[in-house]
Amino acid sequence: MSVLAALDIGLALLVFAVAAWTVFAPGAFAATVGYVVYGLLLSLVWIRLFAVDVALTEAAIGGGVTGVLLIGAAARLRQAEMTTVGEAPSGVTRLFAACLCVLVAAALAGVVLLLPDQGPTLAPQAMERLPETGLGNPVTAVLIAYRSFDTVLEKVVLVLAVVGVWSLAADRYWGGAPGEARAERPEPTLAFFAQMLAPIGIVVGVHIFWVGADEPGGAFQGGAILAAMWIILMMARLTEAPQTNAFWLRLALIAGPAVFLAAGVAGVAVAGGFFAYPSGLAKPIILFIEAFMVLSIAVTLPMLVAGPPRREPRR
Amino acid sequence: MSEGASAIAATAGGSLLPLAILVPATGVLLSFLLGGRQAQRIAFGLMPVQFVIAIGIASFVWRSGEPVVYLLGGYVPPLGIALRADGFSAVMLVTASLIMPAAGLYAWVNFSTPRGSTERRGPLVVWTLLQAVQAALSLIFLGGDLFNLYVALELLTFAAVPLVCLDGRPETLAAALRYLMFALFGALFYLLGVALLYGAYGTLDIVLLSERIRAEPAVWLAAGLMTAGLLAKTALFPLHLWLPPAHANAPAAASAVLSGLVVKGSFFLIVRLWFNVLPALPGAVPGTILATLGSAAILVGSTLALRQERLKLMIAYSTVAQIGYLFLMFPLGSGPWAADAFSGGVMQALSHAFAKAAMFLSAGLIAESLGHDRIAGLGGAGRAMPITFLALGLGGLSLMGLPPSGGFAAKWLLMKASIAAGQWVWAAVMLAGGLLAGGYLYRALAPALSGEPPNMKAAPRRSREGVALALALAAVLLAFAPPPFFAFLQIGCPAASVALR
Amino acid sequence: MTSGTLAGLVGAALVGLGLYGVIVDPQALRKILAFNLIGSGVFLVFGIVARKGAAAGLQSDPIPQAMVITGIVVAFAASALAVALTLRLFEETGRASLRADGGAKPGGDGAGPE
Repeated sequence: MSVLAALDIGLALLVFAVAAWTVFAPGAFAATVGYVVYGLLLSLVWIRLFAVDVALTEAAIGGGVTGVLLIGAAARLRQAEMTTVGEAPSGVTRLFAACLCVLVAAALAGVVLLLPDQGPTLAPQAMERLPETGLGNPVTAVLIAYRSFDTVLEKVVLVLAVVGVWSLAADRYWGGAPGEARAERPEPTLAFFAQMLAPIGIVVGVHIFWVGADEPGGAFQGGAILAAMWIILMMARLTEAPQTNAFWLRLALIAGPAVFLAAGVAGVAVAGGFFAYPSGLAKPIILFIEAFMVLSIAVTLPMLVAGPPRREPRR
Repeated sequence: MSEGASAIAATAGGSLLPLAILVPATGVLLSFLLGGRQAQRIAFGLMPVQFVIAIGIASFVWRSGEPVVYLLGGYVPPLGIALRADGFSAVMLVTASLIMPAAGLYAWVNFSTPRGSTERRGPLVVWTLLQAVQAALSLIFLGGDLFNLYVALELLTFAAVPLVCLDGRPETLAAALRYLMFALFGALFYLLGVALLYGAYGTLDIVLLSERIRAEPAVWLAAGLMTAGLLAKTALFPLHLWLPPAHANAPAAASAVLSGLVVKGSFFLIVRLWFNVLPALPGAVPGTILATLGSAAILVGSTLALRQERLKLMIAYSTVAQIGYLFLMFPLGSGPWAADAFSGGVMQALSHAFAKAAMFLSAGLIAESLGHDRIAGLGGAGRAMPITFLALGLGGLSLMGLPPSGGFAAKWLLMKASIAAGQWVWAAVMLAGGLLAGGYLYRALAPALSGEPPNMKAAPRRSREGVALALALAAVLLAFAPPPFFAFLQIGCPAASVALR
Repeated sequence: MTSGTLAGLVGAALVGLGLYGVIVDPQALRKILAFNLIGSGVFLVFGIVARKGAAAGLQSDPIPQAMVITGIVVAFAASALAVALTLRLFEETGRASLRADGGAKPGGDGAGPE
């Protein structure tokens, strides 16, 4: 057995073990920490699957930002855990659930094993039409050109998520800011770490977005890194979350989907159909759209992590 | 294969299809940006536009007799995404574009931003999310690609869940969280099925898949997973537990949209899946399973509705029951009776949408006027609010399946089909369901028509009563649909069209 | 056994594991964690499908990769909404759990997890 195969099997077992820890660990906080580790291990799996764009996204959003969200929640819900001790389901329920889950997993595994080695694929068609878009990264082409309708509507989903999270505020806090106010004297370690990391992160994030046209990377990955930097600054209390009724915030949140929608509609006049790109101009338009997507993602993800407004609006 | 390639071409009127989705989506973004009072104006401004687009799409489908197709970005499936409007899509689009403004007009009073205030939470959330529901539903009715439909499902979930807990009470928060979890389960298992189908056939376009699919293990597992997920979103027994608390405790306009339209969205996808993607599979056993669950839903839901003390909860359990009727069309999907069964199922979806929306709006008016919605306390209220109770009663007529009403037409068609197919048990279940519906409706409405009118906090506005009554009348008018209407429903439905030859 | 097949099998196991966690654990936060496990399992199934679709000079079919990226973003948004709901429920009631039986009593007023 080659070294790589042994590593693969080791990685697979480790991923499963950490996932099992996440489900069976006694405390929610421990389970959540396990989940963050799990996210990072998963990115390694994605690299072994030769899907580097996905690995970047999983590391940044799946493990990173989701991890922050869940750890913050676990810390605040510590008290709630103690009241649920008596609510654990009966042994019968557990047995039934276990049987069902083993059945589902086995059926799925069986179908996975039956997949042919050379499955049906759209890779040739994707590569064939790649030169029209001017891009070098086929995954970016799929996201912004071939299946752009998926992406633009997924950006709208993000806006709806913000509306949904904000809607949970009490009426008197509506329009105010989420999270905590900026601290007079932020904690030194956290502040040092944030101040050192943020500039590097911003450069890396912009670079990953820019290079995503031709190499692995893109708007989601770059935007997520920028979002992470802002989250770090907010966690270190060097800056505070903006007021939710701020016009610039709302504009930034909708800029991505709005520009994408506008470009899609403009395609009717310029290229003969919704979400079509005129030949020759495709790459600049795509980068233009992606730039606004990066802005929106960099603003949306921290606002989703910050939660509903908790302070009264000024003014 | 070349026949399949030539079928994927844009048709006349196709440009309306993306507009049906993009117009409300733009509304969502602008409402969120401009906030406050503008959100309400934008929502109301775009509702007539949506109606015109829906009518336009329906007329193109009618004139051509074929589904209307649009290819996004000029990319042809399997690489690109297609939008497709057939008869069923068109009538659902028109229905949604009628019920939305009705709910909006009802909600005007409760969710207006008063002068002098820049923005309030309730109005911004309601006007933004109602438009989002409209956009999501349009995509569900028009989507021709299975992953695109996954995005539509998520869009619908994110739009609907915050509407449930708008008033912030603990019960509604718990109901919304439970709804979200069932919806997430549904979306993830749907997505798992999508992965298997792509792995097996390399495409997610509905028409292309229907040509390539054969009965193999991957397809059976995918069908099972996707159906299980969509059943959770449609709240079919036994995955119905989330629906009654969510629909009963939401604001009345939201309940009308949730029960009338949102559950029809995932049901629409189940029909798409079994009638358009999987007709190559032998459908007898799955169809029977679905109809059995539907029968259980009818009987259990109606029985639980009989035991409710609150009007809104009774109406919500009635939704659980009426959803069961929708699934009786599945074992009847092939054979000379298939067209009747299909038409019956569609009619049930349409008439239930109008009737249930009317009933929730009426229940909302009753709750506002009396200060409560306890059934025991409704004595004599019918005399104080005659129009409201008329709307409630007409909606109930359709639920019971009494003529003249759309519900009667639906059940008549389904019974005809089940008897012609020799599957008598569904007809028996429908009769039992009708009797039970009569029971719980009589229990709620009969005391209201006699006795002393109760003290009312405020009389309901005529305009709001009129809206509820208009919806109820629409449910009744469906009974008078002429035969060409049923032929229109069959446009684009492969299984039924086989039966018609 | 290639890395692709291994990833697919891990994905299948994760779906089962996550589903167990969703059904069995009453705490909302643990359910959200389990949902994320199911999601990542589903994405791994996409992953093996993509790997089996290696062609035209690519090591992995780009279409499923794009779908997974979309899915990861949507899954995060869903987690954010679910967490916000859970925290608000906790603020209002001091509890953050949903019982498996639905918690809605037939004759009552539809009160939550009591």
